[in-house]
Amino acid sequence: MRLLEYQAKELFKEFGIKTPPSISSKDIEKGRKDAKELGYPFVIKVQVPVGGRGKAGGIQKCNSDDEFELKYPQLLNMSIKGEKTRAILLEKMADIEKELYLSLFLNRSKRCYTIIASSEGGVEIESVKNQTIREVGLGDVDAQTAKEVANEIGLKDLQEEQFVEMLQKLSKLTIEKEAELAEINPLAILKDGTLIALDGKVMTDDNSNFRHEELQQYQERSELEEQAEKSGFSLVELEGNIAVIGNGAGLVMSTFDLVTDNGGRPATFLDVGGGATTETVYEALTLISKMKRVKGILVNLYGGIVKTTTVAEAFIQAYDNKLIDIPVFARLMGTESEKAKEMLKDTKTKMFDSIEDAINGVVMETNK
Amino acid sequence: MTNIYEILRGKKGADGNYQRKSVIVQGITGKYGSTHTKLMLDYGTNIVAGVTPGKAGQRFEDKIPIYDSVKDAVEATGAEISIIFVPARFFLGAAKDALESGIKLLVAIPEHVPIRDTMKVIELAKEKNAIMIGPNTPGVIVPGLIKIGIMPATPFSAGKVAVLSKSGTLLYEISNNLTSAGFGQNITIGIGGDPVNGTRMIDAFDMVKDDPELDAMVIVGEIGGDSEEILAQHIIDIGFSKPIVGYIAGRQAPKEKRMGHAGAIVMGNYGSAESKISMFAKANIPVAKRPGEVAVLLAGKMNI
Repeated sequence: MRLLEYQAKELFKEFGIKTPPSISSKDIEKGRKDAKELGYPFVIKVQVPVGGRGKAGGIQKCNSDDEFELKYPQLLNMSIKGEKTRAILLEKMADIEKELYLSLFLNRSKRCYTIIASSEGGVEIESVKNQTIREVGLGDVDAQTAKEVANEIGLKDLQEEQFVEMLQKLSKLTIEKEAELAEINPLAILKDGTLIALDGKVMTDDNSNFRHEELQQYQERSELEEQAEKSGFSLVELEGNIAVIGNGAGLVMSTFDLVTDNGGRPATFLDVGGGATTETVYEALTLISKMKRVKGILVNLYGGIVKTTTVAEAFIQAYDNKLIDIPVFARLMGTESEKAKEMLKDTKTKMFDSIEDAINGVVMETNK
Repeated sequence: MTNIYEILRGKKGADGNYQRKSVIVQGITGKYGSTHTKLMLDYGTNIVAGVTPGKAGQRFEDKIPIYDSVKDAVEATGAEISIIFVPARFFLGAAKDALESGIKLLVAIPEHVPIRDTMKVIELAKEKNAIMIGPNTPGVIVPGLIKIGIMPATPFSAGKVAVLSKSGTLLYEISNNLTSAGFGQNITIGIGGDPVNGTRMIDAFDMVKDDPELDAMVIVGEIGGDSEEILAQHIIDIGFSKPIVGYIAGRQAPKEKRMGHAGAIVMGNYGSAESKISMFAKANIPVAKRPGEVAVLLAGKMNI
């Protein structure tokens, strides 16, 4: 789960990591109350699950009621990289002396947690040359390690002490919440010498959700995504008009690539899981039927042990039940494919032997 | 390093044939486990025991004895290979049972295992000098000899190409193309789609690279992490010269979205397809644009 900034900061507070005073809202009535409580000036920050919002104009200073009435609705209705604003955070401005970087993340190739710290913060860490990197096993950071990291990025005395405390708290958060990433960027040193988390990003391991009832309140899913999860599917929604359905993440990604290469615009990435049955395909079509922008459906299944005739049955049922009326372009690899083609002969589902032909068909149809 | 070929097939006997190694199935009475146990038996895999706590004394299909623990199953059969089908939340316990009982090759099928649990099992496997493949893997197959996994049998045929793949269905698709083009497989290993893998791309590569019966390799990667980049650098460093062809899924995937696999996510430039493809180019590994092109590129590389 990718937590929004305000959610990450709630976790920071819970673990004793200092953040600037801030309040989150999802509508302007609540926002107005928050503004009064917080007092001007403050910044209005859109909450989106994607990076780069500062550059996109998603963070605005606000000095008065007039400005607030103008900017709040603008930011609430904004989209960044296709992601709609999920919430608004009003936050007091901090008096910053210097910006640093600190994160703990799961180093996938080394299969351990890694601390990254830098005396240069506020920018994307990839663009920072001056990094201190420490591997810390399953994520536990002892005081000695934290102290060494602090010294390496030039912190001493009181600031070193605060940094050590902050890093150890971040480590506790990472372990207890099973985070893949816990990042403070920028970590600010204020004019009065206090260390504070100005922005935060936390990603937790979805596979550990069953152990973290307390994080469920942060789950932001569309209705369709929720349904997909119930069926055991993975769904990513996009802005195009071709529903891409397949079995197995790799195969669906590959199909998605080819559709885009050929000028098609996918509306979904829908992985129905490794197996494929009449039921799963019918459920997938049910999901897609709820997306009005979809003009064509592309299905790529590697059957293996499944009979393509049973999958063909799902398409026939979907048309018979008037679940869908848009054309389906399908490539079904498996046994009895000739028979399946015969079954689908007079329907809106066209079966192809190669995925390339199926893609050409769906791209032509949807670009009409 | 523990030799995977030694575990999977042993040495050739006087009759010129490899051994049929014994395999234990953990979770043999579950729906998924029992279906695939039958399919593995059909393929000829020598399944000697099943494990389901509380069902000791029963038999699977009236033949295969079931035990309460891997410890009991190993004591009775001496098997060194186990395949796990239990639900993700029980994986850690099942894997510990296997590794502490002397299992040397653990094939971990479950999807959705928490990363922390996987990391703990990896630590234990290192300590015990054992190999874990997965989790979230289709398994491993030496075509014509042994199938330990959930892959369909039809795409595979015996031969001299090793296929290493993060994805299951792409592994089937590409192996099927290879088979049609006359390139049988020496071994195929499913790395798995999780962020942390018991056997990483580079580990799988090192396990198979020195086999005298190996002519070429196919690497099927996808967005997320940097295991393809690390493997490419390793191939450059050791000057590996047998032909390799690559494929990378997810070139057009949006950033910061998990594309079906827990591990398939691009953060910034970390995990991007461009990064992987450009490292493959440096290692002189051509990358197919579509799965169907892999066999064509391989034929080119092998001057056929």
